[in-house]
Amino acid sequence: MACTKQNVPFAGTKEQETQLLKAIAELKEEKGSLMPILQKAQDIYGYLPIEVQTMISDGTGIPLEKVYGVSTFYSQFSLQPKGKYKVSVCLGTACYVKGAGKLLEKLEEVLGIKNGECTPDGKFSLDSCRCVGACGLAPVLLVNEDVYGRLAVDDIPGIIAKYE
Amino acid sequence: MKSLQELNVIRDRMMDQIHFRTEHEDASSFTGNRYRMHVLVCGGTGCTSSGSQKIINALEAELEKNNLQEEICVVKTGCYGLCALGPIMIVYPDAAFYSMVKVEDIPEIVSEHLINGKAVTRLLYQETVTPDGIKSLDETNFYKKQKRIALRNCGIIDPECIDEYIGTNGYQAIGKVVTEMTPDEVIQTLLDSGLRGRGGAGFPTGLKWKLAKGNDADQKYVCCNADEGDPGAFMDRSVLEGDPHALLEAMAIAGYAIGANQGYIYVRAEYPIAVQRLQIAINQAREYGLLGKNIFGTGFDFDIDYRLGAGAFVCGEETALMTSIEGNRGEPNPRPPFPAQKGLFQKPTILNNVETYANIPQIILNGAKWYSDMGTEKSKGTKVFALGGKIENTGLVEVPMGTTLREIIEEIGGGIPGGKKFKAAQTGGPSGGCIPAEHFDIPIDYDNLIGIGSMMGSGGMIVLDEDDCMVDIAKFYLEFTVEESCGKCTPCRLGTKRLLEMLEKITNGQGCMEDLDKMEELCLHIKANSLCGLGQTAPNPVMSTMRYFRDEYEAHIKGKRCPAGVCKALMSYHIEEEKCIGCTLCSRVCPVGAITGKVKEKHVIDNDKCIKCGACIEKCKFKAIYKK
Repeated sequence: MACTKQNVPFAGTKEQETQLLKAIAELKEEKGSLMPILQKAQDIYGYLPIEVQTMISDGTGIPLEKVYGVSTFYSQFSLQPKGKYKVSVCLGTACYVKGAGKLLEKLEEVLGIKNGECTPDGKFSLDSCRCVGACGLAPVLLVNEDVYGRLAVDDIPGIIAKYE
Repeated sequence: MKSLQELNVIRDRMMDQIHFRTEHEDASSFTGNRYRMHVLVCGGTGCTSSGSQKIINALEAELEKNNLQEEICVVKTGCYGLCALGPIMIVYPDAAFYSMVKVEDIPEIVSEHLINGKAVTRLLYQETVTPDGIKSLDETNFYKKQKRIALRNCGIIDPECIDEYIGTNGYQAIGKVVTEMTPDEVIQTLLDSGLRGRGGAGFPTGLKWKLAKGNDADQKYVCCNADEGDPGAFMDRSVLEGDPHALLEAMAIAGYAIGANQGYIYVRAEYPIAVQRLQIAINQAREYGLLGKNIFGTGFDFDIDYRLGAGAFVCGEETALMTSIEGNRGEPNPRPPFPAQKGLFQKPTILNNVETYANIPQIILNGAKWYSDMGTEKSKGTKVFALGGKIENTGLVEVPMGTTLREIIEEIGGGIPGGKKFKAAQTGGPSGGCIPAEHFDIPIDYDNLIGIGSMMGSGGMIVLDEDDCMVDIAKFYLEFTVEESCGKCTPCRLGTKRLLEMLEKITNGQGCMEDLDKMEELCLHIKANSLCGLGQTAPNPVMSTMRYFRDEYEAHIKGKRCPAGVCKALMSYHIEEEKCIGCTLCSRVCPVGAITGKVKEKHVIDNDKCIKCGACIEKCKFKAIYKK
């Protein structure tokens, strides 16, 4: 998953660090806590750079190589920052046969980035996601929490323009 | 709650309110119900994405404006199944089914129907509108062959209100189990019912529980697989969003049967509404003492927590799911030992699918025979299918096992849109296969589907028509499995990748006939040697499309063409001379300047430059451009 924003320095705030340490303290005694802690950390920072993984390793006593191994295994965890607006095209089967592939191509053209990348100004990142379960509305596109369904290729510029 | 009596008090208080929505009679018949009308609005993911929350807000505002809040209640429910027509709103006692509701329609519906009692027929689901009045939903083509057991409460009750669930006999089954039945009797009931796992493999549920019960340990676990990773499947999502308490109750029953006091629901993070409803349901059940210590004062403890997935399809496999709960990479483990012996945290564990659990309270209350009287000889009960793709009525249906594909697609599904010809129905997602038209009349059950090279799977059913290329569909599924393969075992990690490369060669026009033989051999090796179900079933879409659509593969290889007109590399674009008037719209929109021609003269496409983007076809107003 290449991202054009490759070398963005980690800019975590003290407040974020406090939130993370609090989450670790609350969750670490539970069995199998690494997954919930990583999920919480990604909510706080938006992604899981090595600096955050190190904080988690220090806070829980879990070896860094294990934290790294789990972070890189799951597609929801991102080691690269995401854009302010995360555009996601559902590529589940029902959406695919209703033309989701064409929507993705149009988005790549309109945003000027490839699937998995984010725009240099940090505004938009583009991903394809797993089936979100709204198959009756195929094809489906998400921008952060907003869901757009029953789309045609021509709808794309109008949707992106809303967030410009 | 210390006893069943307390539960019964709530049930008796709520019953009238719920029956008002299911019995289609006048409000005066139900003394316990204080509203003269109920308006149910679907709050499932599909309808929510189409704005049903705005509709609820508009409705509540309009009712307040007219001072009707004490007479008419608005209820947000789960999915009623007819997703193609969402947002959906049903008004009782008339059972008037409003479809594709817009916020602008609300004032008219309130004044004409809710106040003046006349349904706005132009906004209703048109099949229910007859000269003699509004036809019952149960008589429409979509609903008349359905039998809703797992989905019985979806679309009827407010999933965020535990009292409404209790009003439908909710938590009566766990009450019966802990006060009147022994664990062995519970297990025997499940065995007699014939219930088989609804996650796809169809393992007898009673047997799974019996094995776990037989293993002694200081701790046991009951797990629920709510990962629903199959693209195109949303059965479990609808149960979680529409009737989460049914799942909690069933897991408690399972805990009682096998001797466990802790349950985990592993739910995929891509279902935020479902997660929210689960959290609310768990909190409510705990408040009422229906989860926690000393349930109904019998000394039986059972609690439930949920864990979120993180986007790994392989975590739908049982050992991978358990290791993910333990905080590891979701890599499956060899079996034996099976989870019933050593599962989560190395303790005896059962893992069942959401839909399997959704059937259990009804089986306990109505008895094993009630369930086994439905379905076929070896596949009892009903199955929920998520209909998607090229079909009129996309949505969720629940039918008795043994219903034929023809009934599901032509009658319930409403046929293929646009007058196109049916080509195949894909069941089982990336682990399944396609069912061609020649098997239209096959009664659907676990064994019949395996016999024709497909499988039941979790219930996703994607309908494909003449415009879908079966080689492309096989490639689509392989791309998915290659990405989702965990990488632990070589046959899957490398085998699926090589298989995909061969499919890509074929769809790029570079395949040769030997590739087909190599692919068949590779498929058998991957199936026989992979560690887990993902690898063992990954070749199925390839094998079943090669079995039934070999002619399409050969056309791609020998003829270097794609009969369905999908595979880009094999298509070329042409302008029909007779239809072209030289308007120049196409040449202006072409991004690579592949179209030449002067104004009012015939235009020509240079296929060497053409990148097959299709922009010209979309622009041409005279339908002069075609692909072949």
